[in-house]
Amino acid sequence: MNFLSVGNPKRFLKLVVVVFTALIIGLGLLVSPAQADSIGEEFDHAVLGNVKIKGEPIGGVRIMVEGPSYSAEVLTSDDGSWLIGVPTKDTYTVTLDQETLPAGIAVLEGGASQDVDLGLSDRVVKNFFIGQGERNEVSFFDQFVARLIYGINFGLMLGLASVGLSLVFGTTGLSNFAHGEMVTFGAVAALILGTVLQVPIWVAIPAAVILSAGFGWSLDAGLWKPLRKKGLGIVQLMIISIGLSLTLRYVIQFFIGGGTEQLPGFDSPKITLFGSVALSVNDLYSMGISIVAIIGFALWLLKSNTGKATRAISDNSDLAAASGIDVDKVVRLVWIVSAALAGLSGVLWAYFRPGIKWDMGTQILLLIFAAVTLGGLGTAFGALIGALVVGILVETSSLFIPSDLKYVGALVVLIGVLLFRPQGLMGRKQRVG
Amino acid sequence: MSNNDSPIKSTGLHIGEAAPGCKKTDPMLVIDHVKKSFGGLTAVDVEHLEIPKNAITALIGPNGAGKTTLFNLLTGFDTPDTGAWEFLGTSLSGVPSYKVAQMGQVRTFQLTKALSLLTVLDNMKLGSKNQVGESIFRALFPGSWRKQDAEIELKAIELLKRFNLDAKQADFAASLSGGQRKLLEMARALMTDPVLVMLDEPMAGVNPALTQSLLGHVLNLKKEGMTVLFVEHDMHMVRHIADWVVVMAEGKVVAEGPPETVMNEQAVIDAYLGAHQDTDLGVVTGRISIIDQEKDK
Amino acid sequence: MDWGTIINNTLAGLLTPTTIAFALAALGLAMHFGFAGLLNFGIAGFMAIGAYGYAISVLTFGFPWWGGMIVGIIGSILFAILLGIPTLRLRGDYLAIVTIAAAEIVRLLFLTTAFTDVTGSADGLFGYNNAGGFTNANPFPPGSYGWGPWTYNSETLWVLTFGLGVLAVCVWFLWALMRSPWGRVIKGIREDEEAIRALGKNVFAYKLQALIIGGIFGGMGGIIFAAFANVSPGVYVTSITFFIWTSLLLGGAATIWGPVIGAVIFWTLQAFLSNILPELALAGILPVSGTQAATLRFVLVGIGLMLLVIYRPQGIFGDKRELTFVK
Repeated sequence: MNFLSVGNPKRFLKLVVVVFTALIIGLGLLVSPAQADSIGEEFDHAVLGNVKIKGEPIGGVRIMVEGPSYSAEVLTSDDGSWLIGVPTKDTYTVTLDQETLPAGIAVLEGGASQDVDLGLSDRVVKNFFIGQGERNEVSFFDQFVARLIYGINFGLMLGLASVGLSLVFGTTGLSNFAHGEMVTFGAVAALILGTVLQVPIWVAIPAAVILSAGFGWSLDAGLWKPLRKKGLGIVQLMIISIGLSLTLRYVIQFFIGGGTEQLPGFDSPKITLFGSVALSVNDLYSMGISIVAIIGFALWLLKSNTGKATRAISDNSDLAAASGIDVDKVVRLVWIVSAALAGLSGVLWAYFRPGIKWDMGTQILLLIFAAVTLGGLGTAFGALIGALVVGILVETSSLFIPSDLKYVGALVVLIGVLLFRPQGLMGRKQRVG
Repeated sequence: MSNNDSPIKSTGLHIGEAAPGCKKTDPMLVIDHVKKSFGGLTAVDVEHLEIPKNAITALIGPNGAGKTTLFNLLTGFDTPDTGAWEFLGTSLSGVPSYKVAQMGQVRTFQLTKALSLLTVLDNMKLGSKNQVGESIFRALFPGSWRKQDAEIELKAIELLKRFNLDAKQADFAASLSGGQRKLLEMARALMTDPVLVMLDEPMAGVNPALTQSLLGHVLNLKKEGMTVLFVEHDMHMVRHIADWVVVMAEGKVVAEGPPETVMNEQAVIDAYLGAHQDTDLGVVTGRISIIDQEKDK
Repeated sequence: MDWGTIINNTLAGLLTPTTIAFALAALGLAMHFGFAGLLNFGIAGFMAIGAYGYAISVLTFGFPWWGGMIVGIIGSILFAILLGIPTLRLRGDYLAIVTIAAAEIVRLLFLTTAFTDVTGSADGLFGYNNAGGFTNANPFPPGSYGWGPWTYNSETLWVLTFGLGVLAVCVWFLWALMRSPWGRVIKGIREDEEAIRALGKNVFAYKLQALIIGGIFGGMGGIIFAAFANVSPGVYVTSITFFIWTSLLLGGAATIWGPVIGAVIFWTLQAFLSNILPELALAGILPVSGTQAATLRFVLVGIGLMLLVIYRPQGIFGDKRELTFVK
C-alpha cells in the first residue's frame, strides 16, 4: 500500500493546524475561574468544608477534588464554605491551592493535598489547618524530578502490558482491544487472593501472575486458535476482541461491582529521596519488580529457542512455518507470556493508581496502543521504549496542562506517530507493495 | 478472435543501434534518471528509456529486477527518489496515480484486483471516465446521470461480449475464476479508453485454454491503435507478441531490442544466470532452454 | 414477575428518542464501514461534537435551536475533515486506532475542568432546549398521545417526530447516494482502493466525502440525543461506539435499513433485558443481586457481538455473499 501517493496534503495540513490552534485558543479565552461555592450538587455524595483563619472566612480559595473517575474544583464563597458533589463512594484527594491563599498564609498540617474516604458516610467534611506560616513551596525542579520518577514507574508498568500486546500483534496481526481487560484480570486476581482468600500478598501477587498466564492460555485455546483455524480476517478478529473486551469488562464488574477496591498494603510509607521528592515503598518495589520482569522477558526473547522462534514469526510467519517452527505452539506461548506480563502490570498499576476498578484496563488501553505504535508495531523492545516515553509524557505533562487532560498528550502522540512515522520510532521503513 | 499464429510485428521502432536507452522514432513514454531505493537496496535505477508508440513492448527480467516497481513509479503508485518521465510530452513527475490514469495511461496489477463484491457489470462501469453521477451532488439527481449510465452500460456489455464475460455480467466478480478475473481487469481497463495499457504479468496463473484468448486481446489492443507495455515471465508469449523487449536486471536496463535478437545477447543471459540464486530454478532452466534454442537457430 | 410491565417497557423500546439517535449513528457507520470500508471507531466523538455543538452554541452564544443544530452539524463536518485529511491514507486498522483516540481526546476536552464555563465539565449541559426555543417550537399541544406502550407526552412526541423526520431524510440520502455511480465508486474503494485509483478516480476525495456524510449522520444522532436528554460527557465513551457497532453488525453493515433495524433490535433487547433480569433476580430465579443482573445485559452485548462477527458477519439482513470483511 502506498499512503502518500495522492495529492499534496501539506497545504491542507497547514490549514488544519491553523484552524485547530485557533479553536484551542478560542476555547482558552472563554475560560475564567468558576465563581461558585458548590458544584455537583446533584450527586448523592459530597465533600465539603470551610476555609477560615482564626474564625475569619477566606473567600476565593481554590479547592480541587480528584478521584478515580471524577474530578472537580470550586472557589470558596465569601463565608469560606465550599462543597463538591462526587458520584461514587471512593477515596478522593482534596487539594487546597495555596497560591489562592492570602500572602503569608499556608496549610500548617497534613499538607495541601489530603485524602478523604467516603466509605462510611454520604458527606464528609474536610477542613484544612491554615495559619501564619512559611508556605512549603515545592520548586519546579523538585516537582519535575518527582513527576519524572513517577513517569518512569508508570512507563515501566505500561511497558509490561505493551510488550505483550506488541508480541500478539507481531505474531498474529491482531490489534487486541481486550488487552486492557487482561491488565484488569491480574489486579482482580490479586484482589481476590489477597483480600477475599486472605493469602499473604507476597504469595498472592505471583499467584495472580500465574492465573493471568493461565487466562492467556485459555483465551488462545478456547477462542483465538479456533478462530485462526476458521481463517477470519484481521478486522473481524479486531471486532471480536472488542466483543471480548466488553464481555470481560462487565463480567469483572459483575463480580467486584462498580466501586474501587484496594489491595492489602496499598498505603505504604513514603521515603524522602531529596528535597521534597518522596517515593513510597510500593513505588520502589514496583519499579524493581518491573525491571526484573522486563530483563527476564528480554532474556527469554533474545536467548531462548522459543523467544527466537517468536521473533522469527513476527518477522515472517510463512517463512517461519516453512522452516519447521510450530507457529501454533509459539503463538500459544506468546498469549501466555503476554497475559502474564499484562496481569503483573495490572497488579503494579493497582498500587500506583491506587485502587482496582472494573474498567481500569480500558482506561489505559489507548495508552498501551500509543506505546506500541510509538515503538513500532510488532517490535517488543520498541514497545518498551514507547511505554517509557508515554509514561513520562503523561506524568510530566500534568505540570503544564490540567491534570485531567494528561492522557490527551499521549493520545496526540499516538495519532501523530501513526500519521508521520507509522513504522514507529524504532522500526525501519520497509519496501511495500 | 483474430489470433493468427504469427502476428504482424511492428518494426523500425528505434533510431540507431538497439542498445539500452536508445532513441525511438515515436516514443510514448520517455524516462530519465528514475531511481528508487528501499533502505539500502536500489530497486530501480533507469538512466534513459523510451517506450515506442503503437507497439507492444515487453519488460522482462529476473525476479527482483525492479519491473513492478518501475510500473508503480510510472503510474504514480510510488514516488521515485529522483528522476523525471514524460507521457506524450507531459511530465508525470509528482502527478498522482488517478490523474495519470485520467490522462489515458491505465494499468493492471500482478495480483488481480477484481472488485469481488461488485457485479461484473458494475466492475466494468467503474472503468468509464468523466461520469456525471460520480459527483456527490449530481448523484442525488438521477435525472442528471441516468442517460449517461445507460450508454456506459451498453459499452460495457459490448466489451464483455468481446471478452466472453457477458454471461456473467450479473454475477459478483468473486465468483469468477482466476483467468476470468484477469480478463475482467483488462476489459475494465479498456473502459477508460486508454492510450497506453500497462499489463503486469497478464498471463500469471491463467490456464492454457485462456492464454490464447488473452494473447489475442493484447494483440487487438495494438490493432486498435493503443500502446501496450507489459511485464511477463513467459518467454514464449514475449517472443510471440512483443515488438520490442526491454530487459531489466538489478534495477537497470541491461538490454533492449526486437525479441529475435535481444534474447541472444550476453547481457541478457548473464542477467538471468547471474540472478539464478534468487530465482526458482525450474523457471531458470526453462528460460535457458529458450535462450539455447535461439542460439541453435 | 410482572410480565405486563416487562412487555410494555420492551415494546416502548421500539420507538424512543434514544433508538432514533442510535439508528442515526449506526447509519453513519454504515456509510463509513459498510459501504466505504472505513474502520471508524470514533463515532462517539462525532455524536459528542454534534450534541455539544448544539448545546454550547445555544447556551454560550445565544443561538436559536436550529442555528445550534446547524453548528453541531458543521462541527461534525469539521471533525471529519480534521480527522480525514491526515488519516485516510492509513491502513484500515491504523485508522481504527486513530479514530478511537481522536474520539477520546474530544471526550476528555469536554470533560476537563479547564473549560467548565463552556462545557459544564462532568456535569454536562442542560437547559439549552428551553433556552434555544426547541421546546417552544413544539407544534403539539400539551396532552397525552398514542396508546399502550407507545404513550407519549407532547414533548417526547415532538422529539420523536423531529427525530423520525431527520432519520427519514438521512435514510433517503444514503439510499439515493448508494444507488448512484458515486455509490459504485465508494463500494469499489471498499473492495480495493488501488484498483479504483488505477481507473482514474480520486480515491482520497471520495473517502473524505464518505467520512463527512457518515460524520453528519453521527452528529445528527448526537443532536437528537441532546434534544431529548442532557448533554453529559459520560455518554460519549468508547463503549457507546462499540454498542453502535453492534447495532450496525446486527442489522447488516452494507445495507440501508440494516443499521436502523439493528439499532431498534439492540435497544428493544436492552429494554427487555434491563427489565427482565432484575425481575428474575428479585424472583430468585437468577441467583444474583439486582445490580449484578443489570450488569449482565452488557455481558450479553459483548457475547452477542462476538457471536455475530464469528457466525453471521453479514448481519441479519445482509446478503451472505456481500460480506463486508474483505480485508
